[in-house]
Amino acid sequence: MNNRTLIAFIAFLALAFVAPFFLYPIYLIKVLCFALFACAFNLLLGYVGLLSFGHAMFFGGASYFTGHIVKVWGWPTEISILAGTLMAALMGLVAGSIAIRRQGIYFAMVTLALAQMFFFFSLQAPFTGGEDGIQAIPRRPLFGVIDIYNDMNLYFVVLAIFTFGFLVVYRTIHSPFGQVLKAIRENEPRAVSLGYKTDHYKLMAFVLSATLAGLAGATKSIAFQIASLTDVAWQMSGEVVLMTLVGGMGTIFGPVVGAAVIVTMQNYLAGFGEWVLIIQGVIFVIVVLLFRRGIVGELSAWMDRRNRRKEVAQEEIAESDAAVGAKGHSA
Amino acid sequence: MFELIGVPPQMLFGQLTLGLVNGAFYAVLSLGLAVIFGLLNVINFTHGAQYMMGAFIAYILLTVLGIPFWGSLLLAPILVGIVGIAIERTMLRKLYHLDHLYGLLLTFGLALVIEGLFRNQYGVSGQPYASPLPGGYNLGFMFLPKYRGFVVLASLVVCLGTWFVIERTKLGSYLRAAVERPDLVQAFGVNVPLMITLTYGFGVALAGFAGVLAAPIYQVSPMMGANLIIVVFAVVVIGGMGSILGAIITGYMLGIIEGLTRVFYPEASSTVIFVIMAIVLLIRPQGLFGTAK
Repeated sequence: MNNRTLIAFIAFLALAFVAPFFLYPIYLIKVLCFALFACAFNLLLGYVGLLSFGHAMFFGGASYFTGHIVKVWGWPTEISILAGTLMAALMGLVAGSIAIRRQGIYFAMVTLALAQMFFFFSLQAPFTGGEDGIQAIPRRPLFGVIDIYNDMNLYFVVLAIFTFGFLVVYRTIHSPFGQVLKAIRENEPRAVSLGYKTDHYKLMAFVLSATLAGLAGATKSIAFQIASLTDVAWQMSGEVVLMTLVGGMGTIFGPVVGAAVIVTMQNYLAGFGEWVLIIQGVIFVIVVLLFRRGIVGELSAWMDRRNRRKEVAQEEIAESDAAVGAKGHSA
Repeated sequence: MFELIGVPPQMLFGQLTLGLVNGAFYAVLSLGLAVIFGLLNVINFTHGAQYMMGAFIAYILLTVLGIPFWGSLLLAPILVGIVGIAIERTMLRKLYHLDHLYGLLLTFGLALVIEGLFRNQYGVSGQPYASPLPGGYNLGFMFLPKYRGFVVLASLVVCLGTWFVIERTKLGSYLRAAVERPDLVQAFGVNVPLMITLTYGFGVALAGFAGVLAAPIYQVSPMMGANLIIVVFAVVVIGGMGSILGAIITGYMLGIIEGLTRVFYPEASSTVIFVIMAIVLLIRPQGLFGTAK
């Protein structure tokens, strides 16, 4: 990690450790779940340049699957989360191999349509509980010992899961694999001409993104004890796009900040009904028209500008020193 | 009464008519999307919201001003088109030099705003709109409601009219030229930015027109466009946006397939179009009428 990222990461962890003593843990858990979801989504949009409008199918699919095996099959919590995540990976493999056949705008439409197909499947399938969803999913002790009915314990478990997912994303972006992904984002024909099988790379990134989105969904269904149609609806896919966009796509911390902003906003505006939808739409419009880099993107651009000014100033000082020194020598 | 493949003919033809009506909406909506995409390179996510606006304007014109359906059929598309022109002039225009995805994101945001505003005003439940053509014809093997017949006819006329203007007239030739090389067309003295604005206005007006047509069949509700637009996206992916006629044919075809599915395997009727989309993508990624790019 470079210095700035490392400092930000340590600051984030410190904040995350203190936060539950001041803020409502359930709210923080919600932020973390959506932050992980948005990080997974950002891996695809920010680093491969693929806009998926159907990520709710992985989030919600894992949520349903985990909820079902915990509640009906009675599997242990940790294995259920793992199974839900694997389910999302499998769905990502299927959806990904269909979707990557088209680029750009078509990719967005295809993923949206596939997710809608999954929505209708979830509406009709017997094990999803239709309109009611799967309710009262038990929070069985993790590994048989950690009591997660205690919100504080649950919070730290979710924090651990989030940190794991976050580091996976970070590691992926900064690996040779991630470099190829960025090359595909910048210029796909060029990457092809360099001999990379871009379709394989795109599919792998898609599966990874779907898997982590699934991890977020599986964790969510345990933490909130419910898996419902909201998790698979297109509005959910739209929300994760919004979070990533607000925070700053293609930045490491952007999705986390974006998730915190949007979840907080939803919490405060919950009483205003339809206004949440309207305000989210307005934020979309404003961000697209005016702040395309998002909060973190604008911040780091500002810091870059400031650093550059500092460097320029120091260079000028150094130059004038050198000039003075040269004069001194000649004298 | 004789039976056809184990299905009573009333049911078969009834669902076929319904499929044809749905197909009429798919055709008009995907045609609008294709026209807009051709010139603007923007996928208009607001299309569903604008379709809903068309229906609501017809409803408001009827209940507040007492203007009947036939007046709305002309007025509502114009009003929706004007709103579309305002959107293009003030917002969409600023994004042409960027990645096409931003156009999609902007119009998605606008769709949320428009749908939210209507939900705020009218709630989520539907408002009824009386059919302007009650009654129907008994064709012997089935009963055809007059209004449904009219919808299919009206959509055919509008679709073919649009196809004729774009493919067979001078104006259409400018449009097609501007799709290929906007810079050259501009150099020949055609006002391309104005053309883009009007094209968006026209595409959006088509959505408004479909909305008015839909008002008497489906209830007028704020979310009527949101779910429909996703199906229309799938239709567009299946057809490929390269050809106007392709969009029209695909729209009708999928409506009919959906209707048939409702007869033979009702559980799959809401997903069949998406399944077809997946199959088409696997076999012919550019779409049935699209050109490989």
